[in-house]
Amino acid sequence: MVSQSIKQAFASVVGNDNVMDAEADKHSYSYDAAVLDPVLPSLVVRPTTMEAVGKVVKLCNDNGLPITVRGAGTNLSGGTIPSKGGIVLLTNALDQIIEINEEDMYAVVQTGVITAKFANAVAAKGLFYPPDPGSQAASTLGGNVAENAGGLRGLKYGVTKDYVMGVNFFDVDGNYCKSGSKTVKCVTGLNIPQLMVGSEGTLAVMSEFILKLVPPPQASKAMMAIFPDIMTASRSVSAIIANKVVPCTLEFMDNFTIGAVEGFAKVGLPTDAGSLLLIEVDGHPGQVAEEAEKVEKICQENGCTRLQVAKDAVERNKVWEARRAALSSLARLRPTTVLEDATVPRSKIPAMMEALDKIAKEYKLTIGTFGHAGDGNLHPTILCDRRDTEEFHRVEKGVDAIFAAALELGGTLSGEHGIGLAKSKYMELETNKASVLFSKRLKKALDPNNILNPGKILGD
Amino acid sequence: MADLNQMLKMLGELDDQLVNCMRCGMCQSVCPLFAETGRESDVARGKIALLEFLSHEMLKDAKAVKDRLDKCLLCGSCAAACPSGVKVVDIFLKARAIITAYIGLSPVKKAIFRGMLTKPALFNNLLALGTKFQGFFTSPVNDIIGSSCSKLLSPLLGDRHLLSLADKPLRSIGNLNTAPGKSGLKVAFFYGCVVDKMFTGVGEAILKVFKHHGVGVYMPIDQVCCGVPSLASGDMKSFEDLVRMNLKLFGKGDFDYIITPCGTCTSAFHHVWPLMGTGLSQAERDQIEMLAGKAMDINAFIVDILGVSVVEPAAGAKKVTIHDPCHLKKSLGVSGQVRTVLKANPNLNVVEMSGSDVCCGCGGSFNLQHYSVSTKIGKKKRDSIAATGADIVAAGCPACMMQIADMMSQAGDRVAIKHPVELYAQTLG
Repeated sequence: MVSQSIKQAFASVVGNDNVMDAEADKHSYSYDAAVLDPVLPSLVVRPTTMEAVGKVVKLCNDNGLPITVRGAGTNLSGGTIPSKGGIVLLTNALDQIIEINEEDMYAVVQTGVITAKFANAVAAKGLFYPPDPGSQAASTLGGNVAENAGGLRGLKYGVTKDYVMGVNFFDVDGNYCKSGSKTVKCVTGLNIPQLMVGSEGTLAVMSEFILKLVPPPQASKAMMAIFPDIMTASRSVSAIIANKVVPCTLEFMDNFTIGAVEGFAKVGLPTDAGSLLLIEVDGHPGQVAEEAEKVEKICQENGCTRLQVAKDAVERNKVWEARRAALSSLARLRPTTVLEDATVPRSKIPAMMEALDKIAKEYKLTIGTFGHAGDGNLHPTILCDRRDTEEFHRVEKGVDAIFAAALELGGTLSGEHGIGLAKSKYMELETNKASVLFSKRLKKALDPNNILNPGKILGD
Repeated sequence: MADLNQMLKMLGELDDQLVNCMRCGMCQSVCPLFAETGRESDVARGKIALLEFLSHEMLKDAKAVKDRLDKCLLCGSCAAACPSGVKVVDIFLKARAIITAYIGLSPVKKAIFRGMLTKPALFNNLLALGTKFQGFFTSPVNDIIGSSCSKLLSPLLGDRHLLSLADKPLRSIGNLNTAPGKSGLKVAFFYGCVVDKMFTGVGEAILKVFKHHGVGVYMPIDQVCCGVPSLASGDMKSFEDLVRMNLKLFGKGDFDYIITPCGTCTSAFHHVWPLMGTGLSQAERDQIEMLAGKAMDINAFIVDILGVSVVEPAAGAKKVTIHDPCHLKKSLGVSGQVRTVLKANPNLNVVEMSGSDVCCGCGGSFNLQHYSVSTKIGKKKRDSIAATGADIVAAGCPACMMQIADMMSQAGDRVAIKHPVELYAQTLG
């Protein structure tokens, strides 16, 4: 609970309409897209100016109130659940694209800008912002930076961190800080922009970004390759890259997911196929034609039973329909969808798939797996009903086992969803005690009262 | 009812539907209301979470949940875009009825639904009185749109630019029951409240279409509201009363189709009637199922059944743009036929606006309760229409036509607002 006078103080900064403390409103900000228990904040505050953000942060620090910054709340690791109560700071009113610079190829944006809207605005100027997380239609750039969001184009174009040139933010005392630059080269001071990327709101409250833009590829070609099993698909992935072809997208789907997609979306997939790859190469037209031919040949040499190359935009769209329908098709099978993002070196995909198979059997779980084969970022998706406590207990055990398996294969806890609340307990498993301590010291120095998204990444 | 346990039990029955929401938040990207307010409780995910918390007694304030639940256009954009296939509008209609039964209907709504809508004779007399006196209270503002505003009534109506009530309602034609002509088809014509009382030209155009194509018409003038407004306000009793009154007239089903000029009315027959109304008898349910199979939007009827097709536009054709009403496109999937209907008129050139299927912000009684945000949403629609430079905007829903007229008139645009069937009827001799 916060006192009436503190509530008043927030209201005087952001206006009465932008402070919410009714029971129903607090419940509306108690959850995000992660399958975790909701926790109520004491107050929800929605600043509409940058100046107000700084004042809100200072008020929180002065009163020892935990602060959870929330954009669209599409977070899949619980990073925007106000697990220690306190204030939820909404950023979606800070939604201005300040500049798209075509000459120097960068953009300056506020934290609450919606990713897809930004990408469209950039495309309208003939430029390209490649990071495309699955949630991009709703998610904000602030959230993307805070979680270091990925997407389908990670293999060739990298992820959010590869496009962050500068971050402006408020420190825990509410002071406005700047980092990075609009120049391609900048070695001024500590590399603070990259420290902020993936910090999940634990070090500062980010307000604006300078983002790198690139020229769009002139041409692209998409294809769908169907394989009898995971082994042949994985061998093709390795062979494509070993042959010095880096597709912009290289997506994978297992037999279960193929069946689900076909059952729901009816896009003409063979349900008896062991796995399939959706591949797109892009770049200069000449290079695209050459690479597409190479990819086709490699897939066929490695056991592909059917390959369909899109001849035009309509066919290209058809190829991608299957991928777009993957999550929807799985999500409709059971009430609860636990979407994970265990990531392994791409050569270890067959081993990881084998491990997932074992885990599904051991814990009696239904797991459909799809994801970004090119970068090893898999999305094992557990289908369950969270109301069934016995089943959900098995799900939790299964998730533990999934991450243990990924780490054992030299992988990582998160390819693109972040650590948040969901995976903080595994942090030491991937790194070590000293590494976690190092991060904790850093956090303590920047946030002595531990109010910035406490409990996230590093646990309690 | 007013029994907490009863409400919890009924909400609990919705649990299987609520739990399908995976909280992904994708509904935010398509919700016209959320685009304006940015509030989680304004978007489907937030409302579904609140219903779940209420049904599990984690949240006590049912009135607060109802207030947030009521603030929704019921446009169905979220349901159409939901990866998990959550039936959002169905959930909201049911939940509104459940919570309203617990809290009680507001006195104003009680007066409107139980005092007027379900008493058609009184309703019609009151509106006839309104027609007689409207000229004294309003002054015309836009001759192309045909809108007026009223300083005298502004405490009641705000700054709305209104369309006049028709001098004579459509029902003044009297009951129709004609035999099938050359088409061999006979249809029931359910004209709906707004066409009866305001856009009588739409009704007349439809009758002209039927006549031209040799379609027999059954049009009883005792027909009443389809019940969606009552249901949207959670008033299950009025809804069931209205359904029964209509079933008395249409329940025999001695026609091939039941045609409406309104996406909402068609989706009421098609989808809402079969879904709702637990107090109805099996015989009545059977009649509802029969009507659901026969209900069809006029645009779909003209194209899919009468086989009207596209013609080449003539020189000097007028530019027409199309607004896709939510219930027409998102719940009935009728949008291509609307374009064909317009392209069947050689004097029209169709130009698409950006976001033709984005909600206009009317949402029925949403416009009455939340006029300010309804206007903000509507202004965006107005801007999309104006950007096409069209002379005419066509919308296959009388409620959208009212909202668009208000928005265009306030902006001073000289763009006519027509139902597609009116424009098609112009081509018939």
